[in-house]
Amino acid sequence: MSFLKINNLSVNYEMRRETVFAAKKVNINVEKGEILGLVGESGSGKSTVGNAIINLIDEPGKVSEGSIILDGTNIYENPENILKLRGNKIGLIFQDPQTSLNPILTIGEQLIETIQTHLKLNKEEAKNKAINLLKEVGIKDADVRFDNYPHQFSGGMRQRVVISLALCCEPELLIADEPTTALDVSIQSQILDLIKRLTKERNLAVILITHDMGVISETTNRVAVMKNGDLVEIGPTKEILTNPKEIYTKALVSSVPPTNKKINRFKIIEKESKTQSETNIKILNRWTKKEIIDQDLVEVKNLSKTFDDNFFTESSKNSVMAVDGVSFSIKEGESFGLVGESGSGKSTIAKMIVNLYSPSAGDINFDNVCITNITNNKEMMKFRKQIQMIFQDPYSSLNGRLKVKDIISEPIKLHNPSISSQEIDSYIYDLLESVELTQQSAERYPHEFSGGQRQRISIARALATQPRLLVCDEPTSALDVSIQAQILNLLKDLQEQLNLTILFISHDLPVVRQMCDRIAVLKNGKICEISETENLFKKPSHEYTRELLTLMPKIESIYN
Amino acid sequence: MDNKKYTLISRIKDSDIYFSFIKSPTAILSTVILVIIFFCSFFVELVTPYNPFDPSSLSLMDAFTPPSWTEDGLSKFILGTDGQGRDMLSTILYGSRISLIVGFSAVIFALVLGVGLGLSAGYFGGKYEMIVMRLTDVQLTVPSILMALLVDGIARGIISREMHDEMAIYVLIFAIGISEWPQFARVSRAATLVEKNKDYVSASTIIGVSNIIIMFKHILPNIMRPVLVIGTIGLALAIIAEATLSFLGVGVPPTTPSLGTLIRLGNDFLFSGEWWITFFPAIFLVLLAFSINLLGDWMRDTLNPKLN
Repeated sequence: MSFLKINNLSVNYEMRRETVFAAKKVNINVEKGEILGLVGESGSGKSTVGNAIINLIDEPGKVSEGSIILDGTNIYENPENILKLRGNKIGLIFQDPQTSLNPILTIGEQLIETIQTHLKLNKEEAKNKAINLLKEVGIKDADVRFDNYPHQFSGGMRQRVVISLALCCEPELLIADEPTTALDVSIQSQILDLIKRLTKERNLAVILITHDMGVISETTNRVAVMKNGDLVEIGPTKEILTNPKEIYTKALVSSVPPTNKKINRFKIIEKESKTQSETNIKILNRWTKKEIIDQDLVEVKNLSKTFDDNFFTESSKNSVMAVDGVSFSIKEGESFGLVGESGSGKSTIAKMIVNLYSPSAGDINFDNVCITNITNNKEMMKFRKQIQMIFQDPYSSLNGRLKVKDIISEPIKLHNPSISSQEIDSYIYDLLESVELTQQSAERYPHEFSGGQRQRISIARALATQPRLLVCDEPTSALDVSIQAQILNLLKDLQEQLNLTILFISHDLPVVRQMCDRIAVLKNGKICEISETENLFKKPSHEYTRELLTLMPKIESIYN
Repeated sequence: MDNKKYTLISRIKDSDIYFSFIKSPTAILSTVILVIIFFCSFFVELVTPYNPFDPSSLSLMDAFTPPSWTEDGLSKFILGTDGQGRDMLSTILYGSRISLIVGFSAVIFALVLGVGLGLSAGYFGGKYEMIVMRLTDVQLTVPSILMALLVDGIARGIISREMHDEMAIYVLIFAIGISEWPQFARVSRAATLVEKNKDYVSASTIIGVSNIIIMFKHILPNIMRPVLVIGTIGLALAIIAEATLSFLGVGVPPTTPSLGTLIRLGNDFLFSGEWWITFFPAIFLVLLAFSINLLGDWMRDTLNPKLN
């Protein structure tokens, strides 16, 4: 008998227009001492299964079928069962450490409160237990930190506190829902190590819910793959990752950017595999293609940006140095990667290059002309046309009140005021087809599209002015991995055929490796090293790069 | 999905707002009441057989007729008549037309002024924003009725006595509008601050779209939801403010009475037993303001993205 047994679990959401089956007859067993990964793309039902175990399904969802048996107790037999189990036998770790702690209570108070709710201990005993827990999750000076408020901890430390809260009452099952998604890669590896250690030391059963194949491959013993509420495949992690049986798992694994080598294109395996061939770039014949000459298109010299958060005084005391004397250059036709953790200043650099921010010091030269101090509007428009940007969040980068047609026609009309409306329409259709969307999309509103499709609309808009430089600020980090593969393939095709120069910004090293010719590594607003991609991955010269590379969760391509 | 027709009606029927509307009895009820009131007020000539402002049709013999269901009532005057023999129901409907015109105009005036200033303040920021927002702070320390009284007083000083009755309605619209704009400015500034940091605004800037077009084509439609909610509740406030001012005698003149004027005129007869002259306009005003507020509450709940 397994420790946790999920039998034929089905969860339905009765929505206004339809019933959504978030989980369909899912069968999963978890043993003590093992970490089971629950992996899938958004909407696959992985979180639903996790929430069903602790009976936290939101209205209007309900468990329509099946049972969950934890250590011999059926959770859904009696509503009181779950109240006894939650917190006592089951511990929970949520995604966002910023919101899962109460900001107005010290972490000590929160720990003591939780301990005393479940265990009969007096205040002194509870405090001792809390301090021991904090020590166990790796918080130094636990007896001092005990009296600190959540905001005095960094993101990673806060997640450790959340884990210690989950461990308060000696649970035997731990459910971690995307525990490291909000964290930087260096902190992610520490948290995952902690979870692994605790599993071993306390003989826990752990369910790790994540979308990240790297995390799965580094941490879990077994993995269950979900898609649209169905359990597609379950088995030992190594086997699933190297030799998947189901076609969906194959597609999922093959669209993960491999960490061990550079591949030309991502393999897209779909049942109706029509997009295997390269994209048909319809706008090619309209494009006044620049021949690639061996020269720098962008030159960034000693670029700095300080943010002053005080309105009245311009004292340097409160100012933050986001970018600190950065220099690099991008050759025409090259893809140049900027890599760094959050707060490294990579997005600030992008915004200065596209002229959303003006630099505090330093110059940006585009095509040998300094563009940082252009005040003439007409002059500026010439550069606006040539530099375009693709944003991270596909949901906020399109104006929801405009039709796709109007979104894409805006740059066309602005830069060719004399163009006829028929000409605009045919240009829009060509652009849409170049990013693999149908002509009918033009008449729709952005909310009718998925995240990946929205990102395609964004790309079409950026291409409408026929730019030479495309700045991509984390263009795929909000997308599922299979969609990411498609978008990255599209960007590669566009670059090759249109001779685009790309500045690619990402925190994700494997993605950058697939996309870029050269890479600059940023830390705290300064460049650590700039190097050819393969060189950087094989022989990193800077300490920080080496650290990032070792901490990166590794996953190897199943195809050669 | 590709074959779906995107007509306006199908979009409305498909929307969450329509769905929440047909699920809410209070919203439907208040809308029905408002539609009836609006229709009867704006097409009052078609609805009522009397024109209370045509002296030739009035007969002083009919003065002070009580409502039709009372002992001395006449069936041709359902809600009775006032001191000049005017039919109460017709007078109320004529009066509510004035009230609604003043209310709508004042809200539109406040909305255009407030949203214009709030949107530009939020978008451009800096010293301009500070000045505009401090102005709203200052104005919000003065009660809006006092503000309107002040404007009215100044207008009386400037405009000649002969012109005054003619201009009274415009002065009233301006007075109420000027006392309500800070609400609109605050709400639209706050919404603009949220919207202007979204990527679609950056995308337009990068394309080279000018500030004016970004403000009006991109940001304005996206901040209209909260503005409409404030606008609906503001309409009820404006109608009440109009009634208050007219009741105090500084609003529209008695020759073209609004609801507030009617209540004031009837007030004189309250203690001599002719209660209906003030009671029915007052009830009508309550019904009107209450329905608008209920609709505003429903809109606030539905259009608030945080509650969905």
